[in-house]
Amino acid sequence: MPSIDETLGQYSELFILLAAMAFTVAFIAFCWDLATSSKTIRAVEARLAEQRAEQKVPATVGGGAGPAAGAPADVAVADESMDYAGERRNAARIGVAVSVLGAVILAAGVISRGIAAHRVPWGNMYEFCTTGALVVAVVYLLTLVKKDLRFLGSFVIGLVVIMLCAAAIGFPTPVAHLVPALQSYWLVIHVSVAVIASSLFTLTFAMSVLQLLQANREARARAGQPDRLAFMRLAPSALTLENVAYRINAVAFVLWTFTLMAGAIWAEKAWGRYWGWDTKEVWTFVIWVVYAGYLHARATRGWTGTRAAWLSIVGYLCVIFNFSIVNVFFSGLHSYSGLQ
Amino acid sequence: MSKTTDKKYDVELPKLGFLGTVRFIWSQLTSMRTALFLLLLLAVAAVPGSLFPQRPANPAVVTQYIADHPQTGPWLDRFQLFDVYSSVWFSAIYLLLFVSLIGCVIPRAIKHWQAMRAQPPRTPRRLSRLPEYAAMALPAGSSVTRQSAIEDAARMLKRRGYRVHVRDTGTERPSVGAERGLFKEVGNLVFHVSLIGVLVSVAVGGLFGYRGQKIIVEGESFVNTLVSYDNFTPGSNFHEDRLAPYSLQLDKFEVEFDRESKTHYGQPLDFTATMTTRDAPGAEAKKQVLKVNEPLAIGGTNVYLVGNGYAPVVTVRDGDGNVAYQGPVVAVPNDGAYTSTMAIKVPDAKPEQLGFVGFFLPTAVEGEDGVAVGSDPDPFNPRLYLNSYKGDLGLDNGDPKNVYVLDTSGLTVLNDRKQEAGGIELAAYETAKLPEGLGSITFDGLRRYVALDIDHDPGQGGALVFSTLALLGLGASLFIGRRRVWVRTGTHEDGRTMVEWGLLARGEDPRLAAESAALRKLFEKEWLAAENRPADNDRDAVGVNES
Ligand code: HEM
Repeated sequence: MPSIDETLGQYSELFILLAAMAFTVAFIAFCWDLATSSKTIRAVEARLAEQRAEQKVPATVGGGAGPAAGAPADVAVADESMDYAGERRNAARIGVAVSVLGAVILAAGVISRGIAAHRVPWGNMYEFCTTGALVVAVVYLLTLVKKDLRFLGSFVIGLVVIMLCAAAIGFPTPVAHLVPALQSYWLVIHVSVAVIASSLFTLTFAMSVLQLLQANREARARAGQPDRLAFMRLAPSALTLENVAYRINAVAFVLWTFTLMAGAIWAEKAWGRYWGWDTKEVWTFVIWVVYAGYLHARATRGWTGTRAAWLSIVGYLCVIFNFSIVNVFFSGLHSYSGLQ
Repeated sequence: MSKTTDKKYDVELPKLGFLGTVRFIWSQLTSMRTALFLLLLLAVAAVPGSLFPQRPANPAVVTQYIADHPQTGPWLDRFQLFDVYSSVWFSAIYLLLFVSLIGCVIPRAIKHWQAMRAQPPRTPRRLSRLPEYAAMALPAGSSVTRQSAIEDAARMLKRRGYRVHVRDTGTERPSVGAERGLFKEVGNLVFHVSLIGVLVSVAVGGLFGYRGQKIIVEGESFVNTLVSYDNFTPGSNFHEDRLAPYSLQLDKFEVEFDRESKTHYGQPLDFTATMTTRDAPGAEAKKQVLKVNEPLAIGGTNVYLVGNGYAPVVTVRDGDGNVAYQGPVVAVPNDGAYTSTMAIKVPDAKPEQLGFVGFFLPTAVEGEDGVAVGSDPDPFNPRLYLNSYKGDLGLDNGDPKNVYVLDTSGLTVLNDRKQEAGGIELAAYETAKLPEGLGSITFDGLRRYVALDIDHDPGQGGALVFSTLALLGLGASLFIGRRRVWVRTGTHEDGRTMVEWGLLARGEDPRLAAESAALRKLFEKEWLAAENRPADNDRDAVGVNES
């Protein structure tokens, strides 16, 4: 077995710390963007009003009548299709730029760790967290190319920061070889797909939380109550959030189904049975069933909207539970946390 | 296809009669809402199995748990919380779910079969009410008539993968109905049916399969017969003659530990077992290699390397000076340094039966308090630390006993730290005499052993096939867009040919608008490119008055 390159491993850890700092800056910028949302919103409204004036369409916005005047249709100024509009959002731009920088540094950290260990860098909790954070950040930044999801920035980049801190503080593990149980190409397949699926679930979790907030605002607006979360006007309507989350969840569910199957095949190779209700297997199954329930809910009368969003959130909490509590505290065959 | 079969039942139920009641219960059971409820219930019901030790995986831990919790333990046991996945309540939930599934899938399959054979649905009267609607007017003087335009449209839609049906030809308003994505529903049905297939495969494995454990010390061999197993779990329909009479011999077991890393020094890197196998007695011997992620397939079973450890070789002489036991003793490792516990039972010793309990350390170093601790998994300084006992070992009354544990409660201590004679400490090739002239024990050598799982699961192939089908069906179901397109043409008062089209998706479909735009592009290319004149695409100009 080739030797571990420990110097490179230390550089990798340094990169990951630097990336965590960069993402922290990006997180602050995204929060700043939300905090100054009223300015953006005024700019959007001005533009919309102008457009209406040009088209001689009667305006429906109660101009100057205060936030309470917003009819449900005006609860969100964001575009239904989430395309980019013309308004300059400097703080958000900084957030995106610094996130890109963070992602590049993080990629350097993750890749150099893989090179240092001569294997894929997802063999213990530290590596799941750092690789997972990289995938979340990259998936998010890639969607930003097409769609204006910058309103999600503080949530998604916030989660990235949490994952990196968890890695650096909670699960620090120096580079090492894998124990024999993990030396299998199924590790590459099973875990990489699991990490991608979890990253997508992370995005939909953020969207479902926003959807609940937005639905609440829409209901308050319908009841004529004042708006308490003005920054949420940057996010699209609850229905749009729900539909986008559904599409991403559908992809993630297929990937999770594959994770489950690949895990079963690997378990068959390593332990002689493809399913044994090991703690990790139980929770992977629970997550699968909860998201199957979510997909059903979307097709069941009375269960779309808020209830489906709750199922999506519960599913994600199970993902977190499976990853953290189960890996660290439950004994089972999947004892690979790398913690002593 | 209606997605929800549930209806709102009013408060006053009409008298249903027996058949009516059955039908009512059936329609409730197969409703989407019940399916959702059962799915969520299944998720919740699976959780306790991760919170409490489970018998099939760990019977000893369950026994210990119940002993440790005399109040709650028996109650948990009564509710089958140590056998969650075979419990009555868990089984009830998933069986109900699958009954509901069958009741749901059959009518949907019939309905879809009919839909696939039927023509695309009739053209709605007002296309402009559809979620996507567009229209265009062909320039005056175009050679395209309302009739030829409909035929063109049908052809183009067909090329895009739609099933098409041209209707109302020869009338003022001919139209074409088109539909695509019928495979979406097929995928959905395949997915659900495959879940049943997976369940059945698992059941087949449980009925006809078997699973056993065997420990083999280097140099020893195993023959696949019932008596040779240390542990054997047959499926409920198992017959002994299903065991293929193969044999395995462990020639060599090699381990490699990390000797470079400062942080993970001594972590295992590789385990390799070299085996000689024979498919049947007298058959040709083959050399095969067994590794952790690389099971060995033989005689319809898979053999897995699931554990390993040391088996110190000892010789015990009794008080009469005869050899009462000689051979390797399997020591069970407890940590990464292979600090192992072991028990030696010598029922043949005379005049008194002898027993030993203690530790084996591959590399013993003296700790601060004078107690030896293991510091490395390789045998650099192997030592045995034993207490010895005399008395009736209780092996003769036929009760099953754990071979790795010696119950010392009824025995008399000969050696331990509190006795005058002290505990026994043996380095390689050393001998210790027991007090009272009861004999001696010698540490003769060291071998390694492997723990094997031997598994025969005839349902495995089916489970793989059905779960793969489920995955494919799921992909088709989620990612194929099922949509309908209707195109209708007409002639404006001023003689221009008018085309309008509307699209409808089943469920939420983000690509519907894009599809409408793609159709416009196609139409323009077909009908306008030749004329080379800007099209008048304003919807108001179409003039086909609809309201
Ligand atoms: C073993 C339990 C079940 C599981 C794991 C399961 C899982 C799923 C999943 C993941 C989907 C979404 C993907 C797709 O559209 O194909 C789905 C859709 C669907 N399921 Fe199930 N299902 C189960 C039982 C049932 C039952 C009992 C029914 C009937 C009451 C049912 C009816 C449906 C229907 C109608 C859809 C399509 C929903 C839509 O149009 O989006 N399923 N199921």
